[in-house]
Amino acid sequence: MTTLRTALIAEDEPLLAAHLRAELQRVWPDLTVTAVASNGVQALARALELRPDVCFLDIRMPGMTGLEVARALADEWPDGPGTARFPLLVFVTAYDQHAVQAFELQAVDYLLKPLSTPRLQRCCQRLQQQLARRDTEHTPASTDLLAVARQLQALLSAQGLATTATAGPRLEFITAQTGHTIEMVPVEEVVYFEAADKYVRVMTADREYLIRMTLRELITQIDERRFWQIHRSLLVQTRCISRAVRDEQGKLNVKLRQRSETLPVSRVYAHLFKGI
Amino acid sequence: MPLRPTTLRDWHATMLGRALFTLGLAVLISLVLTLVRHGRFLDNLVYSLAIGLLCELLLDGGRWLVARILLLRTPDDADAGKGWPGWGWMGTCIAVGVPLAYLGGHAFGDWVTGYRSSLGNWRPNVAMLTVSLTLGLAATLFFKSRIDLAATRAEAEAALRMAAEHRLKLLGSQLEPHMLFNTLANLRVLIALDPPQAQAMLDHLIAFLRSTLQGSRTTLHPLHVEFDRLRDYLALMGVRMGPRLQTHLDLPPALADVAVPTLLLQPLVENAIRHGLEPAIDGGQIRIDARRVDGPGGARLQLRVFDSGDGPVHAGTPGTGTGFGLTQVRERLLTLYGADATLTLTRTDSAREPPGTLALIDLPLPSPTTP
Repeated sequence: MTTLRTALIAEDEPLLAAHLRAELQRVWPDLTVTAVASNGVQALARALELRPDVCFLDIRMPGMTGLEVARALADEWPDGPGTARFPLLVFVTAYDQHAVQAFELQAVDYLLKPLSTPRLQRCCQRLQQQLARRDTEHTPASTDLLAVARQLQALLSAQGLATTATAGPRLEFITAQTGHTIEMVPVEEVVYFEAADKYVRVMTADREYLIRMTLRELITQIDERRFWQIHRSLLVQTRCISRAVRDEQGKLNVKLRQRSETLPVSRVYAHLFKGI
Repeated sequence: MPLRPTTLRDWHATMLGRALFTLGLAVLISLVLTLVRHGRFLDNLVYSLAIGLLCELLLDGGRWLVARILLLRTPDDADAGKGWPGWGWMGTCIAVGVPLAYLGGHAFGDWVTGYRSSLGNWRPNVAMLTVSLTLGLAATLFFKSRIDLAATRAEAEAALRMAAEHRLKLLGSQLEPHMLFNTLANLRVLIALDPPQAQAMLDHLIAFLRSTLQGSRTTLHPLHVEFDRLRDYLALMGVRMGPRLQTHLDLPPALADVAVPTLLLQPLVENAIRHGLEPAIDGGQIRIDARRVDGPGGARLQLRVFDSGDGPVHAGTPGTGTGFGLTQVRERLLTLYGADATLTLTRTDSAREPPGTLALIDLPLPSPTTP
């Protein structure tokens, strides 16, 4: 007996999205594509809403990249008895050398564009086997979340290495404009950076600045040993972290030395606080 | 005899070569001396070899030392950097070094052979000293030409290497694999879905590839050709991005035949798409136009590439390749027009203009008589 499965496709190029959908219908008739998202933000929202079994994520998409969607999904996927299993992820890319290498290392499935039908068939077979195995195992959702979080962490750091390898010199000062003055904030005085849409909020012990730059751009210029990314929108100076505390729901939070607020640590980055 | 041997092995080879050269010269001189003055060949060889080797040591050592000192005083002295102290210093080296070597060589020869009389008679000595001086000068001239040759060759090699590197980088930036493979993926789908459109897309791709591969060879082409190439590129992007990409191209007929550097706008348009419109969820519009502006300094040509996206204005966002595209456009403008042409990149955000990124190239409009 075959089981009906659902899938989400995230691909910004309309022709390619339609083609992947048609090809999937041919090679895997029991798979229903429940949503086709044309950007990363939409993909995340639809995936959380529809809980598909499989997500095909294009890597370069507007809004968020496929990898960022995966990370956000792992962060926000509900965890507890009776909730849906975390979807199997297949990344799709035209040409991302570093990503492809990372996928191979992490045994995550990926497809190269232009899609070849035999390759897609093999991918679908593998997905079917994995889904069938999952059905019989009855492991709690949290185990695969943990595994996925670990895999994603490896993928993201590989991607990070790829971008930092080409990056220029490290930032020493943040130049923040407030009205007509430009403030020079030494990076070592920053407690944390927080992403705010197209801006980044720069928090020092007693002040707050806004700079016109995305967190993604900023990360490539910041020393990753001094600043840890603990969440997809947070970059914290390690020496400003006083402790990490687990709350009732099992979520990890970080307390700071110079500031009173508590910052959340996402699943994907929880490993940073283990065994140190 | 390249002056700056790159490896120790080169250096050994150079030293061996010189010693052999001196040896050969010494044998030749000894033969001549033996025939003319009827001395013993072996004695003559000892003297010539001692003088020759000492001469080489003093001249070469002197040249090296003086060049070093000069280089310490003026670090950007190109000749001294190549090991050449200039004729003034080298002449002094020869004038002092050769007589010293002659005296020293004689003393050595006397010591080996046991003769004592050789310096007593001045006439043959002056003759031999003249011969030594002439040989020293000739060796130096020969040596100097070798330095110059090596330097010219090194310069030519470096220039070739740089040109090749630049071409490769240019090609890499234009034939971005991501763009190419995505275009091919679309093409593959269209072949089954809509053959006429697939053919049209393939034609655009062919024209784009052809111009990209030829672009770095020719320097100027008419503005309407430039716009045609941009249309090819934008048509490819249009298939990929669908309704997310709106394009407006405006080329006044009067400017259609103005000669512009080939594919000058291409990197700017690619940047506008890659950093401005592709990352934008709803896409946006790209406007490319050309206009004539008459000012006090004469007629100017302004080429504008505007995108309604949100891309970075500062050049060289790490890892994105923006820097190279812009640098390349600026370098080409500089080589062709000097300070008379500019590229500016601004964010438009005022009440009068739609928000976005504007790249503006301002260059002198060639007079209508020139093609």
